[in-house]
Amino acid sequence: MAEQKDMVLEMENLNVKFVLEEETVEAVNGISLHMRTGETLGLVGETGAGKTTTALSILKLIDSPPGVLECDRMEVCGQDVLKMTTSELEHIRGSLVSMIFQDPMTSLNPVFTVGQQIAESLERHENLNKNDAWKKAEDMLELVGIPRERAIEYPHQFSGGMKQRVIIAIALACSPRLLIADEPTTALDVTIQAQILHLMKELKEKRNTSVIMITHDLGIVAETCDRVAVMYAGRIIETGNLDEVFNHTKHPYTEGLFNSLPNIKKRKHKLQPIHGLMPDPTNLPKGCAFAPRCNYATEACKERRPELMGFGGTHQAACLAYEQAGFHIERGKTNG
Amino acid sequence: MADTILEVRNLKKYFKTARGTLHAVDDVSFTIERGKTLGIVGESGCGKSTTGRAILRLLEPTDGKVFFNGIDITSLSNFKMRQMRREMQIIFQDPFSSLDPRKTVSQTIAEPIIENRLLKDKKAIEARVHELMDTVGLAQRLVNSYPHELDGGRRQRIGIARALAMEPKFIVCDEPVSALDVSIQAQILNLLQELKEKMGLTFIFITHDLSVVNHFADEIAVMYLGQLIEKAPTEELFDHPVHPYTRALLSAIPIPEVGIERPERILLKGEISSPIDPPEECRFAKRCIYTCETCRKSCPKLLEASPGHFVSCHLWKDFM
Ligand SMILES: Nc1ncnc2c1ncn2[C@@H]1O[C@H](COP(=O)(O)OP(=O)(O)OP(=O)(O)O)[C@@H](O)[C@H]1O
Ligand SMILES: Nc1ncnc2c1ncn2[C@@H]1O[C@H](COP(=O)(O)OP(=O)(O)OP(=O)(O)O)[C@@H](O)[C@H]1O
Ligand code: SF4
Ligand SMILES: [Mg+2]
Ligand SMILES: [Mg+2]
Repeated sequence: MAEQKDMVLEMENLNVKFVLEEETVEAVNGISLHMRTGETLGLVGETGAGKTTTALSILKLIDSPPGVLECDRMEVCGQDVLKMTTSELEHIRGSLVSMIFQDPMTSLNPVFTVGQQIAESLERHENLNKNDAWKKAEDMLELVGIPRERAIEYPHQFSGGMKQRVIIAIALACSPRLLIADEPTTALDVTIQAQILHLMKELKEKRNTSVIMITHDLGIVAETCDRVAVMYAGRIIETGNLDEVFNHTKHPYTEGLFNSLPNIKKRKHKLQPIHGLMPDPTNLPKGCAFAPRCNYATEACKERRPELMGFGGTHQAACLAYEQAGFHIERGKTNG
Repeated sequence: MADTILEVRNLKKYFKTARGTLHAVDDVSFTIERGKTLGIVGESGCGKSTTGRAILRLLEPTDGKVFFNGIDITSLSNFKMRQMRREMQIIFQDPFSSLDPRKTVSQTIAEPIIENRLLKDKKAIEARVHELMDTVGLAQRLVNSYPHELDGGRRQRIGIARALAMEPKFIVCDEPVSALDVSIQAQILNLLQELKEKMGLTFIFITHDLSVVNHFADEIAVMYLGQLIEKAPTEELFDHPVHPYTRALLSAIPIPEVGIERPERILLKGEISSPIDPPEECRFAKRCIYTCETCRKSCPKLLEASPGHFVSCHLWKDFM
């Protein structure tokens, strides 16, 4: 059963709706995620794809109402999250799973010093006394590259990059098994982003933490992740290891994303945008959600929702075009 | 002879703040040739937007001159400047906050035409609005829509149509695609590229995303704490960056490819220092790994290191 013990997250068929007065937002529509110890998964997709909603669901942090969460199975380190009481959930948040929220400026409390904020989480989850918790808080600051003397300062005395370091220190203080980082560097400049990503990588390797890295930046995925799952309209439409998804792209949407990206290394090539817009999540197409924008769509695509199917190794994609004999996408070839 | 459309000479914009004088733009000089795109890059707060606005005199420069087609526009009266501004337009980052929520698409695009009395006849205005909507790829069925009913990409198209309404020669694009998703961003970038080629427009393209300017700009200017620290043709800048900051910046861009050899990343220490009353030293000295005595004593000047390649670093010869 060694394999079982190795799993930090098993999520099977997650569905999340937001039931509003006039309409229902179908935010997440049947997502399964499995994470092993020490692994880093990139969860990518454009605005509204459902990345944050998926992440919040793992900690049952979806506001209800209006949110309605349904899931066949959700286990964190073998513990059934769906059956947990509020206090049990409180306990695993921070100790087993912690999250770096998308809006970093709201996750620090302006009236407490940064030291107090790290120590508070340690007192709660690690049963440390005040003194020990404070010492460890200072250690954590040092670990993320901030001098321990600055533990007595308030968040407003820190720059954006330093605040993000504090947030990482809080998230990692109790040595969680799983860290969910929701766009941890989007608000930062590239040189600071490089520092933060480097720091996260170091800490994660030292502690063998599993990480779900939520981002819209495929460059960050290429540099920090082991595996990637591409989301579109609340579903995972392609997943696999980096080589599979980047170099042997199977899904038309993933191909479209790559073709839209200005690439530093191919200066003069013309961008090929995906035409049209994301579908309205209150009124998703009946068939493949990408069909209205897809160059390969067939009649079947308008009628039936494609399920993920295997392409060898860990590679999966959900696309009906592959039902036609001989269908393939060229990207992998021209890229090699 | 080079056909210069814009020359910026020793441009300064200072702001008085409670803690001292903030040097947002501090002695910046450059020229742009007609029909070219100059990309301005640099970290948040380095003075990109202030430079763009001061050039159009949407902010009055503290000092320095701006020549447009050979005319010193910094000395024009407000009235004359308003006329001049028809030829010099700006597109903003956040298409939502720059649009009036109570105006329809057609009213929004017609507004500058009416305000500047470019056309008077109602029919002619209508026809012009239709034409502009076609140019920027807005479907005619959207004429009576309001901004909140549209997505970010379409709102940005409205902003572009408004700018084009004046038939400008020169447009400052201030982070025009930063708020958009990649698939939509590519649509807008292609549109701007097309317009540039068709209409012979000259652009200043401000962005913090280096892969975007790499794709879009003919020349790139890198700013740091209010100063221009390096400027070169795009290819030259990416292939032979000289300034230690530029080299660190370029090395920090995450590349969306797997299985390639990645250039070694230069991790900078610390963060950008305060632009308030900066000390008389190289603005980058506090973070630079090569800082020496000279760097701490004086601020380097922008020099032409090789033809068309300008750099401001005391030690530039060591990095060539
Ligand atoms: N509390 C809520 N009430 C109603 N709709 C919601 C709520 N939270 C999220 N949604 C909707 O659910 C969908 C998925 O949102 P989510 O925030 O998960 O997307 P995301 O992939 O994280 O996007 P982004 O890249 O912009 O962060 C969106 O259409 C969003 O508007
Ligand atoms: N009206 C103002 N009053 C005082 N300071 C200002 C004002 N406008 C800008 N600044 C300051 O001038 C400096 C340059 O700002 P600017 O907006 O030009 O930077 P930027 O490079 O465009 O940054 P970003 O990438 O964040 O848009 C910053 O330190 C900013 O805080
Ligand atoms: S299923 Fe059809 S519409 Fe969807 S991505 Fe594949 S080909 Fe395109
Ligand atoms: Mg999100
Ligand atoms: Mg700006």
